[in-house]
Amino acid sequence: MLSAIFVVLLFIIGIYCIMASYNLVRALIGLEILIKAVTLLIIAAGAKSGHLHLAQALVITVIVVEVVMITVAVGVVVGIHIYNNSLDVRKVRRLKG
Amino acid sequence: MFLDLLSLILLVSAALWTVMTRSLLRSAIGLALTSAVLTVIMFKMEANLAAVFELSVCAGLIPVLFVSVVSLTQPYTHQEILERMKSMFARFRLLPVILIGVGLILVLLGPHSQVQLPLPESGENTRFILWHLRQLDLLGQVIILLGGVFGVAVLFKERKKSA
Repeated sequence: MLSAIFVVLLFIIGIYCIMASYNLVRALIGLEILIKAVTLLIIAAGAKSGHLHLAQALVITVIVVEVVMITVAVGVVVGIHIYNNSLDVRKVRRLKG
Repeated sequence: MFLDLLSLILLVSAALWTVMTRSLLRSAIGLALTSAVLTVIMFKMEANLAAVFELSVCAGLIPVLFVSVVSLTQPYTHQEILERMKSMFARFRLLPVILIGVGLILVLLGPHSQVQLPLPESGENTRFILWHLRQLDLLGQVIILLGGVFGVAVLFKERKKSA
């Protein structure tokens, strides 16, 4: 119960950061905090239900996906900076489509 | 019991500092701190293998990636950061109030709140589950890793100069 409350608080921090920041790097950091909340939720649920080892296996998968996602996202952010010379989401106007 | 509560409060405080600090470099360091505190919580819940992954990858590799992108892009000078501080604090000033409000509501509404992290029961080995029961997950991880490598290669490949 206690860890669930803090998972909700972490979720709020992550979503607020994504919604309120104009900087792409800060938005990615908000996404990272959301993933931290998910990680804590999986571990707490696994410990509560007595399936901690399964939860650990799932968390390892989550971490691998997280690393790949952040690496590609960082590449996209650097590309956006090269083309727009800015990381402000309001200035990203030259996207195709 | 007290240490559990303290570590969880420290986790949320580190995350809050990460999103509210003005410098992106400090944000990256705050993210590493958040991961380190999460690692401590995982160790306390006896999730040792996941905690080691969290510490080495999330507290080690990912902040390095963020520091790299900050140094590559050089988003703002110190003067620009000071100028943007006011608007940033205006946007983020509601966040601590929302957190305290939601936290109080959840504590008051939770009928059986226990101030202790749940302890696990003994079961099968994590390695056995990962290698024998969740083999499809491993295949997915390999595919995602290859996809990530391909994506980065496409993003950073040298483009031909137009004549």
